Amino acid sequence: MTLITWNGQAQSQFLAVETAEALAAAEGPVIVPLALARAALDGRRNAPLGLLVANDASPDDIAPFFDKVELIAIAFPSFSDGRGLSLARKLRRAGFTGRLRASGPVIADQFADCLACGFDEVDLPEGVAARQPMEQWLKARSTVTSHYQTGYAHGASILEQRRAGRGGASS
Amino acid sequence: MYRYDEFDARFVRERVAEFAGQVARRLDGSLTEDEFKPLRLKNGLYLQLHAYMLRIAVPYGTLSSRQLRQLAHIAETYDKGYGHFTTRQNLQFNWPKLKDVPEILGLLADVEMHCIQTSGNCIRNVTADQFAGVAADEVEDPRPTAELIRQWSSLHPEFGWLPRKFKVAVTGAEHDRAAIKVHDLGLKLKRHPDTGEIGYEVVVGGGLGRTPMIGKVIRDFLPRAELLAYLEAVMRVYNSEGRRDNKFKARVKILVHEIGAEEFVRRVEEEYAKLDGPTVNAPVEEVERIAAYFAPPAYEALPSVSILLDQARAAAPALDAFVRQNAFPHRQPGYVALTVSLKPVGGVPGDMTADEMRAFADIAERYSFDELRVTHAQNLVLPHVRQDEVPEVFAALKAAGLATANAGLVTDIIACPGLDYCALATARSIPIAQEIAREFSDEAEQRDIGPLQIKISGCINACGHHHVGHIGILGLEKNGRENYQITLGGDATENAALGERLGPGIDAEAVPGAIRAIVSTYLERRQHGEAFIETVRRAGLDPFKTAFAEVIREAAE
Ligand code: SF4
Repeated sequence: MTLITWNGQAQSQFLAVETAEALAAAEGPVIVPLALARAALDGRRNAPLGLLVANDASPDDIAPFFDKVELIAIAFPSFSDGRGLSLARKLRRAGFTGRLRASGPVIADQFADCLACGFDEVDLPEGVAARQPMEQWLKARSTVTSHYQTGYAHGASILEQRRAGRGGASS
Repeated sequence: MYRYDEFDARFVRERVAEFAGQVARRLDGSLTEDEFKPLRLKNGLYLQLHAYMLRIAVPYGTLSSRQLRQLAHIAETYDKGYGHFTTRQNLQFNWPKLKDVPEILGLLADVEMHCIQTSGNCIRNVTADQFAGVAADEVEDPRPTAELIRQWSSLHPEFGWLPRKFKVAVTGAEHDRAAIKVHDLGLKLKRHPDTGEIGYEVVVGGGLGRTPMIGKVIRDFLPRAELLAYLEAVMRVYNSEGRRDNKFKARVKILVHEIGAEEFVRRVEEEYAKLDGPTVNAPVEEVERIAAYFAPPAYEALPSVSILLDQARAAAPALDAFVRQNAFPHRQPGYVALTVSLKPVGGVPGDMTADEMRAFADIAERYSFDELRVTHAQNLVLPHVRQDEVPEVFAALKAAGLATANAGLVTDIIACPGLDYCALATARSIPIAQEIAREFSDEAEQRDIGPLQIKISGCINACGHHHVGHIGILGLEKNGRENYQITLGGDATENAALGERLGPGIDAEAVPGAIRAIVSTYLERRQHGEAFIETVRRAGLDPFKTAFAEVIREAAE
């Protein structure tokens, strides 16, 4: 897996584990599926914990872990499935301030949108990463410099910039 | 009309650069074909039967003469000298080369146009009443709302990968010419019955395609200021919960249908309560900034009746017929809106040559404040013509071959591209339209038959909106032959209804005769000035079914 963050490529500290056995054997930071979250917390060593959630998971089921995990990874089964973007928004709105990761075959062309919806990073399978090296991600991030929508993490929206241009009159 | 400010201009340029980069990355292998496909679709680029097709957005169907001239230039330079207006008020070029597309996009950007979201699983180009700002029955011009939505939906970071496409239409009038009930989301501007405040009725879950449905009202009154936040709530529910397991069940209409309108409303309202509306919504100054662009042009104060026009009509029957058929009353005294038909008998519905575009651009510039409209019936409109000048306009249109006096009549047929162009088609639609138009080519007869909408689709995707045609024709394939199903009684207006099938499908050759039989049944049955659709509603389907069965019996003999 290749990790891309706002700044470029990074190293993931987390090991993805999928079963209770693997969890028991793991040392250091791990990412566990939501179903193993309790077990992972109960048997906690001091290592940081991440959660892997499906893109149709309910934010209410995830919220109890917000202050107990360092990272939440939302699975992207395919790049054309946009549910993860809405889930990211909902988790941010519900108060999650830790690291938010998009995990799956996202493409560089979606990087800016992922960041805008609240993701910090993308964890790519090798196929995509090999075809779309880091420079493409950084370029895609900044090709379109301003957006119309307000309330997303893509800087001041065009509507806000226009308002500032009018002298900051409030509505 | 709306003009780009520096932000809009830069945004569109950056989108062109982004797309050019995507094309380059497809060519160097960075993007697979599967990855590139949705990216090109989101920029209106299809791969059709014979070539690429580029669909250009005409937001809410409004164009300036300068823009139309640029389209003429593109048609000549990069296509075969013509373009095709669609049922969603867009323009398609059927023969561009992939390598030329970035250049075409640059030329479009030069005149404040783009192809953003004219296809793909995203919020599509927004449509509106073609008589916006003209119609007397209008509460408010729908175009400022449509423009606000155009901006808000453009490259939306969250809603670019929806389960399926999402189409929005806006009307500001009592009589619905924007077909809001058969869109994924329809907005109707209205006044609050008690306070007089302006807001929207919100309709969701309409649509045609293989499962046609009439939309449901999910909000009786949404205050104007809350529009974008409420749309965000609707889109978030759809993006999160719309089906993705079957592309034929992925439109929002299926979600609304499966969970019920009430539950859908509950989920939207729950989401709406959670989101931070004031952040999302456009500030009132922004709404006013956009609205100012749509202020009425500098009309002259004129008497409401033009004696000059009356006299000219009395002297020239062709002019009289044109005005009677193609004129639409203008709210401004002394002015009129003229529908310009792109349906000459024997022509391809919606096609326009570069020469016609230029001639028409000149007419719009000189006689209609430099503005023209595209209708969802694949025609054009000169929105603000002085009645005194109608004879001159008519002469100019005639010289350009654009004076067909058939707006709304039996030969004003909507037809999708069908098997002549479309990769999904199961049958031809354009030749069927041409044959029917020939059958009814007599102008006096057309006028006698009166308003009658025929809509033709070349497959069940229903781009020709056949379900809501007074007469709908659906081309299918049966045992290797084209086979056409005829429906009756569809309606896309505020009385929205889906047509019902008259009987088994018929061969292409039998279609004009079947339409003839249906029309004859109407003429026999109509009562004092009833329009076709009114007779169908009153008399029901039975007499038409009988006539249709007779056609089939005769064909079998
Ligand atoms: S209705 Fe079918 S044939 Fe016609 S344009 Fe749409 S997809 Fe193509």
